Amino acid sequence: MLAFITRRFLLLILVLIGVSVLLFGILMSFSPERRAAAYVTSPQQAKDIPKIIKQFGLDDPFYLQYARWMKAVFKGNLGWSLVASRPVAEAFWNYFPVTLEMNLFAAPIVIVFGIWLGTLSGIHRDTWIDHTTRIIAIVGWSLPTFLFALVLLMIFYGYFQLFSPGVISDRLTMLIVDNPDMFTRYTGLYTVDGILNGRMDVVWDALAHLILPVLTYVIVVVALNMRVMRSGMIEEISKDYVMTARAKGADRKTIYIKHARRNALLPVVTVAGQLVAISMEGSIAVEVVFNRHGIGWWLAESAIQLDMPVLMCICLFMGVVFVVTNLTLDILYAYIDPRIRLN
Amino acid sequence: MIEQHPRLREFKFTLYRIFKNPAAIIGFTLLLFFAGVAVFAPQIAPPKYAHNPYIMPHKGFSPTPKPPSKDHVFGTTSGQYDIFYGAVWGTRTAFKIGLFVVGIAAIVGVILGSLAGYYGGILDEILMRITDVIWAIPTLVLAMAIVVAFGRGLDKVMIALAMIGWRWYVRVIRSEILTLRDQDFVQAAKLMGVSDFKIILRHILPNAIYPVIIMASMDMGSMVITAAFLSFVGLGSPKGFADWGQMVALARNYIVGPPDDPLKFWYAIVIPGGCIVLFVLAWNLMGDALRDAFDPKLRRR
Repeated sequence: MLAFITRRFLLLILVLIGVSVLLFGILMSFSPERRAAAYVTSPQQAKDIPKIIKQFGLDDPFYLQYARWMKAVFKGNLGWSLVASRPVAEAFWNYFPVTLEMNLFAAPIVIVFGIWLGTLSGIHRDTWIDHTTRIIAIVGWSLPTFLFALVLLMIFYGYFQLFSPGVISDRLTMLIVDNPDMFTRYTGLYTVDGILNGRMDVVWDALAHLILPVLTYVIVVVALNMRVMRSGMIEEISKDYVMTARAKGADRKTIYIKHARRNALLPVVTVAGQLVAISMEGSIAVEVVFNRHGIGWWLAESAIQLDMPVLMCICLFMGVVFVVTNLTLDILYAYIDPRIRLN
Repeated sequence: MIEQHPRLREFKFTLYRIFKNPAAIIGFTLLLFFAGVAVFAPQIAPPKYAHNPYIMPHKGFSPTPKPPSKDHVFGTTSGQYDIFYGAVWGTRTAFKIGLFVVGIAAIVGVILGSLAGYYGGILDEILMRITDVIWAIPTLVLAMAIVVAFGRGLDKVMIALAMIGWRWYVRVIRSEILTLRDQDFVQAAKLMGVSDFKIILRHILPNAIYPVIIMASMDMGSMVITAAFLSFVGLGSPKGFADWGQMVALARNYIVGPPDDPLKFWYAIVIPGGCIVLFVLAWNLMGDALRDAFDPKLRRR
């Protein structure tokens, strides 16, 4: 087990180095002049571009610039963000809580709902329950996140005037900005901060703004989880041990929930990594449409304004999250499935 | 009764399996419909600018969408672009995106995956580590970075997606080949002196290709979604290009109508959006049916 983890960990470092080289390669496809423009903050400075190129060594060979960049990254200096007009690292912590908050609410729903529906569908294979859930899943899978979000906004914000886009109402934003001593931002998550400050109105407002994004997200993401659970369930139910259990007269519920479902959960763990990737992509669309200023929104905005340092930072961040998640999942998988561990 | 060639018999059984599934029939019909629209686009919606039919014709510049009328069957979107024209020619754009991206990704992926799986060793190690690296960043995020580096445009989006898409196929085809490589029929072919190229092409790939076909079908949908989103954000096709994602972007500010009629401009979003959903749904239904038909575990049940 220890050898397994060490090997995977070394691989992780290798992959991360690869990711950083790849990203830096993408950045280097810009000419030195264009990259120098990132350091220009006023029109007067524009004539200094050749000087900036010299000063920052932007026409040095690839490996030199890469080494310099990596050194800066390890020092926490990720460059300057045009969109946020502040250092990337600082802006990151400003945007991150918004994305985190949405994911914290959506992930449990996706997991529980997906497993529940998948089990139901697998047990009642080829009945109307199965057909309905399968159709919902495949339609959900085919819905582009941004489109579904737009339609939800159209119906609930436009027609019913229920939920508005954004993270929190303008009225409360003003209140918080005007009275910094009244509302301390401990975590940046409005729901948590609201509770900590004893301001339930903020909590309810933040929750109301979360409903549509989370709904969009769950419907689009749940399909994968559900499908894997369904096919796992079908496979397990047709195995010999289930037949034995049935023959000895165990009741169906025990067989399905206690025996079959536990085994059917294994493949769900393997796709959890993919689920993380889908969630990251989903966050971008949801945040852009609902105008929630989180990491995804920042990324899209930076892509439009050619804010390269931000793109690199977010790519790197997502790469790290994805690789670390996968490592954790692999270890978890080896832990829960002895067949893998003993190989 | 004449004995049929086993491959033909299996193929017939597969077809039978596919068309027993109502979802497959719906998917296939939808696909035929879209293909028909794409092929006969010049007849259905005659282009106004013959040199570039993908530019949607527009009358006037008013930003407010106009409801369906006799001249514009589906109405006009923001900028007075004809929605019907955009929907018809957008079908061609969607097919172009899907076929190009998935085609390149699948070919590159199958070639690299076969090499890695068949030869193994150092080649396998290098190829798979490169795949791991590209795998580590979500498609959409990496595509954004590449598009920004290359410059905007639908062609750049397609190239970026193709550059990323192959990673799936490499992994799948490699794992298929690893299980086939040491089987007796491959060893027999080797002993008979068949060249490696021929062994891969004639003996291994026909047995390993099914997961790729299923994945390609599903991928058509997701690649079209990703491209549509990039166009929606403003990184893909330029304004006025017949592309569904771009048409949704045009109507984005009109999701909410005036207070007395909040759903006034529904057609500007729902029609191009519906096209995307139906197109993707068609490919996904096909992929799902193919999985049921090809998967040996589910096939004979």
